[in-house]
Amino acid sequence: MSATTQAPVVRAEHLGRSFGDRAVLQDLNLEIADGEIVALIGRSGSGKSTLLRALAGLDKGVSGSATVEGQFGIAFQDARLIPWRSVLDNVRLGLRAADSTKAARAALAEVGLEAHTDAWPSTLSGGEAQRVSLARALAREPRLLLLDEPFGALDALTRITMHELVLRLWQRHHPAILLVTHDVDEALALADRVLVLGSGRIAHESAIALERPRHRDHPELVELRSRLLSELGVSL
Amino acid sequence: MSATQPNSRALGALGVGAAAAGRATRLRLRGPGLQRLISPVVLLILWQLIHVFNLVSVKKLPPPTTVLSTAWNLITTNEPAYGTLQGALGASLERMVIGFALGAGVALILALVSGLSRWGENTFDPILQMIRTVPLFGLVPVFIVWFGIGELPKILLIALAALIPLYLNAFAGIRGVDHRLWELADVLGLSRSERLRHVILPGALPQTLVGLRLSLGTAWLALVVAEQVNTNAGLGYMINQATQFLSNNVIFVALAVYTILGLATDWLVRLLERRALAWRRGLLT
Ligand SMILES: Nc1ncnc2c1ncn2[C@@H]1O[C@H](COP(=O)(O)OP(=O)(O)O)[C@@H](O)[C@H]1O
Ligand SMILES: [Mg+2]
Repeated sequence: MSATTQAPVVRAEHLGRSFGDRAVLQDLNLEIADGEIVALIGRSGSGKSTLLRALAGLDKGVSGSATVEGQFGIAFQDARLIPWRSVLDNVRLGLRAADSTKAARAALAEVGLEAHTDAWPSTLSGGEAQRVSLARALAREPRLLLLDEPFGALDALTRITMHELVLRLWQRHHPAILLVTHDVDEALALADRVLVLGSGRIAHESAIALERPRHRDHPELVELRSRLLSELGVSL
Repeated sequence: MSATQPNSRALGALGVGAAAAGRATRLRLRGPGLQRLISPVVLLILWQLIHVFNLVSVKKLPPPTTVLSTAWNLITTNEPAYGTLQGALGASLERMVIGFALGAGVALILALVSGLSRWGENTFDPILQMIRTVPLFGLVPVFIVWFGIGELPKILLIALAALIPLYLNAFAGIRGVDHRLWELADVLGLSRSERLRHVILPGALPQTLVGLRLSLGTAWLALVVAEQVNTNAGLGYMINQATQFLSNNVIFVALAVYTILGLATDWLVRLLERRALAWRRGLLT
């Protein structure tokens, strides 16, 4: 990726966030280039969601500066659909496109859910709900997708299908993606760059230049896996 | 953010009166719906049987058939002492509709203002919490002193009875809307009116409907109490007259009509719940 030739989509400088006297983020710096897939891993409670919320402007209590170029879309770990609105309305709400219904239908078709447009969210499976959530983020034609452990609650098989879907959507629309995950393999399968969050800042960073789809037993990935796991404090 | 899948279902269950959910589901099932009729019918038959076997004096407790025939007489003949049953029903219904509409309207407006703003909450909520603790029917003498013995004190008593439960539940409903959905509304960039229409009001609806059901219950009670005081029309007036003429039959007719009215409004609210909360059952409308 041509990370240095273009203005970054995300630029965060000296980000800080404390809850009480506990500093969760501390002088954190981060840049994400156009179209780059960045995976953010870290132990539970290390501040991954806090960082994402800071970038999305959802947290008024952060210090430092964070700028995001253009539109962004966000998908939460809980699909967070409005239970009393149809699938279509969930994607359409807040869309400012000229024909929001058409745009919403197109986004649902892209995630393979055109047959469910009129369904209530409660009738969807976990994976389907996450796809609606992805469609909702995508319908805004974002330059940046913020994904907060969107597949964490899914079974392993569904998760693999979702990875393929994300890659397909990325190839078509080329948004930058910041994928928060606790799953090292997910990061290795998708990311151009893997960041490890520790002690409130980016404690470690590895680039992966391999083509996707990747074989999980590729020697480079095997080595990086144990490297990342030891960064996370898991000894093998 | 640690909900388990399917998350939309977990979201839907938050801040929602469990009673409402149970009722809505039961109503859908035809078999159990019929089943629910069995015990009341058996009770009616037992009541009639008490008299077949002469177990209780007819004067103290008239059998259902007598209550029915008395009702028929009251409908078909205009007795000078009682008027007609439909006339009494009309007068009572009018009081109820006016009083309830007034109380419910004020309750919903106050719940919106308090629910959507801090200043609203700080202004109105303390007053309503205070009123809540006043024994409603203890106010009857005060209302008579203040507003006389006409329709006004009766309507105000019904309005106040409807106001409190509906306000409390609608307010709790608005505040109980999952904060994650408020956040979602921020992310989606919803306007104030979109937020209200698509997130807040529908989210507050289940709890508000529970409040509606409760407030209808207390409003019917208030009607009965209010009508026993210095009335010259209505079901309560009929009961007062019947007490003077020692006609237990007429009293039972009036009580039966009250009961039917209460059941009918309860049924209406359930119907409303069924339609408005269809999303919970996952059926398409
Ligand atoms: N609103 C909040 N108030 C207090 N503490 C919070 C709040 N949000 C997050 N935290 C704390 O900040 C830390 C990081 O949280 P989070 O960013 O959600 O971690 P994760 O990396 O698992 O996503 C946790 O210890 C959490 O308890
Ligand atoms: Mg998190």
